[in-house]
Amino acid sequence: MNKFWIMLSHTYLNRVKTKSFLIVTLVTLALIFALTNLQTIIDTFSGDEETTRVAVVSEEEDITASLQQQVANIGQGDMELESFEGSLQEAQQAVEAEEYDAVVDISLNDSGLPTATFYADQVASTTTSDPIRQGLQQVKVAMATEQAGVDQETVQEVFAPVTFSKEALEESAKTAEELDQARGLVYIMLFFMYFAVMMYGSMISTEVATEKSSRVMEILISSVSPVSQMFAKIGGIALLGLTQFGLFLLAGYLSLQVGETSGQNGALELFNIQGGETATIVYAVIFFLLGYLLYATLAATLGSLVSRLEDAQQVVAPMMMLIIASFLIAMFGLGMPDSPFIVVTSFIPFFTPLLMFLRVGMLEIPFWEVALSIGLLVATIIGLAILGARVYRGGVLMYGKSSSLKDIKQALLLSKKEN
Amino acid sequence: MTLKLNQVTKRFGNFTAVDQLNLEIPEKQIFGFLGANGAGKTTTFRMILGLIDQTEGEISWNNDRINYDKSHLIGYLPEERGLYPKLTVKDQLVYLAKLRGMNKMDAVKELEGWLEKFKVPDYKTKKVEELSKGNQQKIQFISAVIHKPKLLILDEPFSGLDPVNVEMLKSAVIELKEAGTSIVFSSHRMDHVEELCEHLCILHHGTPAVHGKLKEIKRSFGKKNVRVKADFDVAFLKDLNGVTKYKPSSEGCDLQIANEEVSQDVLNALQGKGFVRTFDLEEPSLNDIFIEKVGASYE
Repeated sequence: MNKFWIMLSHTYLNRVKTKSFLIVTLVTLALIFALTNLQTIIDTFSGDEETTRVAVVSEEEDITASLQQQVANIGQGDMELESFEGSLQEAQQAVEAEEYDAVVDISLNDSGLPTATFYADQVASTTTSDPIRQGLQQVKVAMATEQAGVDQETVQEVFAPVTFSKEALEESAKTAEELDQARGLVYIMLFFMYFAVMMYGSMISTEVATEKSSRVMEILISSVSPVSQMFAKIGGIALLGLTQFGLFLLAGYLSLQVGETSGQNGALELFNIQGGETATIVYAVIFFLLGYLLYATLAATLGSLVSRLEDAQQVVAPMMMLIIASFLIAMFGLGMPDSPFIVVTSFIPFFTPLLMFLRVGMLEIPFWEVALSIGLLVATIIGLAILGARVYRGGVLMYGKSSSLKDIKQALLLSKKEN
Repeated sequence: MTLKLNQVTKRFGNFTAVDQLNLEIPEKQIFGFLGANGAGKTTTFRMILGLIDQTEGEISWNNDRINYDKSHLIGYLPEERGLYPKLTVKDQLVYLAKLRGMNKMDAVKELEGWLEKFKVPDYKTKKVEELSKGNQQKIQFISAVIHKPKLLILDEPFSGLDPVNVEMLKSAVIELKEAGTSIVFSSHRMDHVEELCEHLCILHHGTPAVHGKLKEIKRSFGKKNVRVKADFDVAFLKDLNGVTKYKPSSEGCDLQIANEEVSQDVLNALQGKGFVRTFDLEEPSLNDIFIEKVGASYE
């Protein structure tokens, strides 16, 4: 077996076996199951609850009656409004005695329209009060319009939502429906990329710094060239990431399948993913891998500069800033992917993985633009890898407390070929 | 498989770490590399191994540059001790041996043999962080020799070890030499070098102050030591012709003399003065030579 593969599998196996990896993976898997089955879980918990009984204290019997009807129309089947015979005080006592869950006190104001006060033990939850408020609103509208002499048909016409649809003129442009779908997919991919680069980037720099701080590095570089060492690390962690994300995707898919058979596909609807475009997925994979490579190379280079584990986080901080910045720009760009700012930044290699992907996902852009940005990205990766390998070569032999740009210079000096 | 260094110079910016070093390190012998910390030993080793490039000059081993293709022929014990703290001794050594081109089965067999030799067979499944520093150093030594290298470079192999472990490692080094390994080791302990090496080089500020065969170095040095123990005051020896150094001891004095003949003058001067318990003519120690050549003492 080639030394590169020995190191790669060592990095991979070592990481997979750590407790932190297992815990993070299991917790995330649990989260995925929980999220995709959120509706089912909520239903399970609230399923056994009894019907909410609300006492209505009012002198106007017809308002009570129309409110009951409106609330029933809203579709809160498990809520029962009962007209309460007695004073407000007695009703409140009844709530305290837990005969009722809440009381609504309805009266008429000067203009003859209903006003109400809602009483309950706790008013934090809006599940009970909201349908009543909505119902009463409609009762009020009906009453007010009647007073003004407007008939019900006119009212409905006034309140009916306007018919407004979008259609793109360019033939290849995405329809509004497709855009919604794309947005969901792009959103998820952006998150995935962001977290992957954050997590695995810092993992790589930690890995390198650990070997340096335990001083095992000098044995390693006397057996294997720093360059293949660096790329073995990047590859090993990439494999780890693929394992982890593969598990996540599998879990997500399975749990959605389970959810779908039981008639609950809330998460799917939430993100509007119903089988996105193949091209988008292909681009996602390309930009994901390139983005990872770019930041991983950077992380390994930076990691080789520090001699203590504590400094590793500090030295990758600027890199993290870059990722956070590109994520924030991407979030902003979700709403307006065609703004000039997004277009320009999508060609800057450090932002390309997120922003160009955002653009290809959301818009129909000329192929040469994508090719150019990928070309720039690949060139940057190669440049960084060459520079990184040299810094790495010198950096791993360097032990000092500071970690700065000066160190990069010194590391380059140490690895300089002068003969 | 001679290792040759020809006019090797290494500069870091304005600082010259190694200056025009010429060395010929013979095959199947132990070569001692002496010098204080900062004298350029580690830098020289790193250049030999190709970890850093020399600024000028040539390094060749068996008429070829050492590179990663040859790493299975080379063993290296760096001065900075370091292993993976969380890995077991077995996993660790197997991994490092695999990187030196061994297969797993051979590596396990070898490492069991070495642990047996160092009387620590039960460490095999222990994590390195659980071991004492001295025992970690044994493991590190094993990692340098497990793949049976032809050329073994040991940077300060005995520092930080107790006398029992020093002896254990010394005999391992001698065994390796007898098995045909060329060994280069550095130390600032003169006695270790004196005991193990046929050839040596004392490095001082990047240049060799002394270089050659131990016996020849001592012979060409000329000066000898005389140890005198007597029941009377021997301070008058200080003024004797040919006595270059005088150092009183508890029962007499230690002298350094310009050449062998002076010893007889000292003997004559002592006669008739009283009871002489010891009169000993000795070879100069490497430490004496070092002090003479470099002007500083290292222990």
